[in-house]
Amino acid sequence: MQSLIDGSPIEPWCVDFEMMKTKLLAVAVFALAAVFARGALAEAAITMDIFPEARLHEPAALQNGVRLFANYCLNCHSANLMRWNRLRDIGLDEHQISDFLIFGNQKVGDTMSIALRPADSKAWLGKTPPDLSVIARARTSSEYRGTDYLYTLLRGFYRDRSTPTGWNNSAYPTIAMPHVFWERQGPREATFTRIVHRESEKTHSEQVVREVTVIDADGNANVTESSVFGDPPESVEVSFKPADPKRAAQFDSDVADLVAFLTFMSEPSAAGRVRMGVWVLLFLAVLAVFTWWLNRAYWKDIK
Amino acid sequence: MALHKSEYQGLLGWVDARMPTLMAEYKKHLSEYYAPKNFNIWYVFGGLAITALAIQIVTGIFLAMHYKPDARFAFESVEYIMRDVPGGWFIRYMHSTGASAFFICVYLHMYRALLYGSYRRPRELIWLFGCLIFLSLMAEAFFGYLLPWGQMSYWGAQVIVNLFGAIPLIGPDLALWIRGDYVIGDATLNRFFSFHVIAIPLVLLGLVVAHIIALHDVGSNNPDGVEIKDTLGADGKPLDGIAFHPYYTVHDVFWLSVFLILFFAIVFFAPEMGGYFLEFNNFIPADPLQGPTHIAPVWYFTPYYSILRATTEVFMYALAAFTLGYAVLLVFTFRSTPARVASFAIGLALVLFMVVPGFKLDPKFWGVVLMGASVLIFFGLPWFDRAPVKSMRYRPASHMALLLAFVVVFLVLGAFGTMPPEDSRNVMSQVLTLLYLGFFLLMPWWSRMGTFKPVPARIKFRPH
Repeated sequence: MQSLIDGSPIEPWCVDFEMMKTKLLAVAVFALAAVFARGALAEAAITMDIFPEARLHEPAALQNGVRLFANYCLNCHSANLMRWNRLRDIGLDEHQISDFLIFGNQKVGDTMSIALRPADSKAWLGKTPPDLSVIARARTSSEYRGTDYLYTLLRGFYRDRSTPTGWNNSAYPTIAMPHVFWERQGPREATFTRIVHRESEKTHSEQVVREVTVIDADGNANVTESSVFGDPPESVEVSFKPADPKRAAQFDSDVADLVAFLTFMSEPSAAGRVRMGVWVLLFLAVLAVFTWWLNRAYWKDIK
Repeated sequence: MALHKSEYQGLLGWVDARMPTLMAEYKKHLSEYYAPKNFNIWYVFGGLAITALAIQIVTGIFLAMHYKPDARFAFESVEYIMRDVPGGWFIRYMHSTGASAFFICVYLHMYRALLYGSYRRPRELIWLFGCLIFLSLMAEAFFGYLLPWGQMSYWGAQVIVNLFGAIPLIGPDLALWIRGDYVIGDATLNRFFSFHVIAIPLVLLGLVVAHIIALHDVGSNNPDGVEIKDTLGADGKPLDGIAFHPYYTVHDVFWLSVFLILFFAIVFFAPEMGGYFLEFNNFIPADPLQGPTHIAPVWYFTPYYSILRATTEVFMYALAAFTLGYAVLLVFTFRSTPARVASFAIGLALVLFMVVPGFKLDPKFWGVVLMGASVLIFFGLPWFDRAPVKSMRYRPASHMALLLAFVVVFLVLGAFGTMPPEDSRNVMSQVLTLLYLGFFLLMPWWSRMGTFKPVPARIKFRPH
């Protein structure tokens, strides 16, 4: 037997065995990966952008987040499980809460409820906007974290003439919610690059094409198709070209603040929990040393 | 009436004179209960399971003070506990983590029994009580899981209660009776609350007491599978035994502190445990009109959920072949004619209801049967195992290999159960289901095969 690279003779058992082992291992790994992979999604989904975690620990970011929340969200969406005075945890005092954040006649001890009745919003909007108290936890899944999903969703709106609201969303196609922040983000052009597998009309065989959809700032779509080399899996990528990049960048930062607030609201005790946990574990570590010592002292006599 | 003459002084003497049982029981179960001195780390999980039970009861009492078993308020009241009740989040996370910790301890405790033959004569009754504890624990966890009234609570309960609907003749009425409504509703929530906070915990506590009394009557097994009561000293106490208190109490207290480090690391730093201890979908309030796309039970039920899902129309043929093969094996094994006829007849009847058109029952029903059987089959272990020795230490290596294979089967079924159904996984689950059942059903044959090592008369002990 000869080596495939330089034609030099090699001992056959050595090659076969090593190659077989590698191949078998590769097959086994591949099979295992396939078996343990989560079920394939019906349609390729976009990858979520990563939420800047550091914002969770910045009081200024959380305060900006609640300002945006009270001004833009808390009208259609409620936060019925969250009390206003819990905002003291992010450094606001009761006067700031009642003077700058509460618009109606609620008291600081009340929860962030809204006047819009669920039955009315269902009739008027087609769907009751969900309560946002625990939304950051509820939207976490095995594929992505809730924070990343919200950060991507709120920055994923684009003009689309084909939908009832005139808006669409890359993270949640045909979303019922319009783009409430459109003035803060400014007009944008969206480009979707999709790899699509579909049946050819002529030959009825499977065809793989790259489909590039450019949707301008007014929501007019322009699709171009090109052929693809090889057989890549179905996928979708999206990119945006803002008319005013500075404004859009500021908006990205604002959304990060808003998501930080939503995350805080979904578990207001989280920061205190981690702080307390450090002390509890330190205590238990010391306890473990003493109990180990005690155990050893007693068992010394057992022969 | 004259008082009992006490050996103690002071207050203890006063109590002992009036209630001698107290100190008698203390001696019997703690200071003069002689346990083998060669216990290893596998022997800590029984005590840790009791700790988990205590955590669940104490945290449960406090949760019940603030929780509202009402479909309109249940979800909100849990979040009220998390936000407005001082320390409520801490109590709730201990309870949700405690449930998983309880199952981890119980599964490891059961593995220990399989490893050292702890279920063997004379400890069959301890094992049976233990299996009943396992069953009650499953019921307790299932009832408790509905209470937060999230999407997964609601739809998980819907799926499991609907399973009872698959039972022929009485099924639909039975499911209706369990729910108290045509769908999971307020009536269901109220009765599940009642079962979760009083009925099942009472049963569980009674069974734990029975489990421990039965254990202390015959004495503990040990990693060598040697009966320490066979070798008594001049004082009538086992030579290889040491008093449970203080030796094993200090031992268990050390391992308890290690357990608490792990437990509280989860409670404080990862209470959701990546969605395995607290499922993310359960932060969405129950919506009877719209189910989640993928319904999965909590991790401790997933091996059995996989077995349920594996039972499809096609799988019935494999199951029928397995049943028939097993019946033939029994016919060739039994010596008495009535036993042979009975096993073959039962096998044929089962096959009739599995695959023969006109007689066959819904595969969903067989799924329920298989799921139930795979839990209940643990009860038969003391009689399936025919090995001449108890402990794995003196059994052939093939037995250890089979036990490890069973553990792998169990874990892979568990992993598959957390994932959405998919063809290649379903086929593998079907194979694994047969392997799971085969491990137990073929044990009377494989447990006698191979070369056994001689069991020593005394335990092996290396002083620490």
